[in-house]
Amino acid sequence: MHIRVNGVSHDLQVARLAQALEVLGYRQAAVATAVNGVFVPAGAREELLLADGDALEILAPMQGG
Amino acid sequence: MKLYDVELASRLLLGSARYPSPAILADAVRASATEVVTVSLRREAGTQRSGQDFWSLIRGLGVRVLPNTAGCHSAKEAVTTAKMARDIFHTAWIKLEVIGDADTLQPDVFGLVEAAAELAADGFEVFPYTTEDLVVADRLLQAGCRVLMPWGAPIGSGRGLNNGFGLRALRAHFPDVPLIVDAGIGRPSHAVQAMELGVDGVLLNTAVAMAGDPVAMAGAFARAVEAGRAGFEAQPMEPRDLAVPSTPVAGTAWLA
Repeated sequence: MHIRVNGVSHDLQVARLAQALEVLGYRQAAVATAVNGVFVPAGAREELLLADGDALEILAPMQGG
Repeated sequence: MKLYDVELASRLLLGSARYPSPAILADAVRASATEVVTVSLRREAGTQRSGQDFWSLIRGLGVRVLPNTAGCHSAKEAVTTAKMARDIFHTAWIKLEVIGDADTLQPDVFGLVEAAAELAADGFEVFPYTTEDLVVADRLLQAGCRVLMPWGAPIGSGRGLNNGFGLRALRAHFPDVPLIVDAGIGRPSHAVQAMELGVDGVLLNTAVAMAGDPVAMAGAFARAVEAGRAGFEAQPMEPRDLAVPSTPVAGTAWLA
């Protein structure tokens, strides 16, 4: 199914958010996630089912003022 | 200084953006003697995972982090970003920014109060980036904030304190609320002025990061904040219009 990850379309053969992060190479990374603009805590990623067309945001620590 | 029940020896809070290199950022943080560094969240570009390296560097400095919601233009965006920040940084602290004007980066104080109330109710310890407006400050306190962060001038402008009168009024109205001047500080003298007004601390970033020698400037700001605070505590004299000789007049020789 097609998932937009940080604004870029990806064809991912996964069902759940945790699997998507694994496939995308974020398994060990410190990241925060939101699906369709709604925050998904780290503890809910194993359960959250993705759907075709979902927009996934993966944010990482960054410099800030 | 005490911020949300955390006692801090340094009254300087430092941003982590715009430094020439990660090594200079680390050296500047050490030179500043700050205990609080602001951080942010962004999409990670490419596969370089630079965010992970940055986070590792910050953790190695042994400082507290204050995540921000920079770039958010609505209460909803800011609340979601704050929740994402708590998930990564494992802190209830959030520097709440809701921007209302693209040119001045002036806070949208209506969205700010709305987001602050929602976040405080959710257990966040909110550091609101606000204006010096007394009524807004009161609303933020009612919303659950226990720290106020009025701007000195627009973010990154380095203009110093645009409204010293407003900051003095804020100090007088809320004598027991920690006040941190956030944004607009460009030179150590600006930090001294802010501290002499009686604010509790100063948060700055660009003034250090964009200096010719960021590490030396970080040290200069550390001393400026200490000097300004010491001056405030020593109760400065009131200015007057006419001169008063400092050398005693009595006993002056008659040499005319």
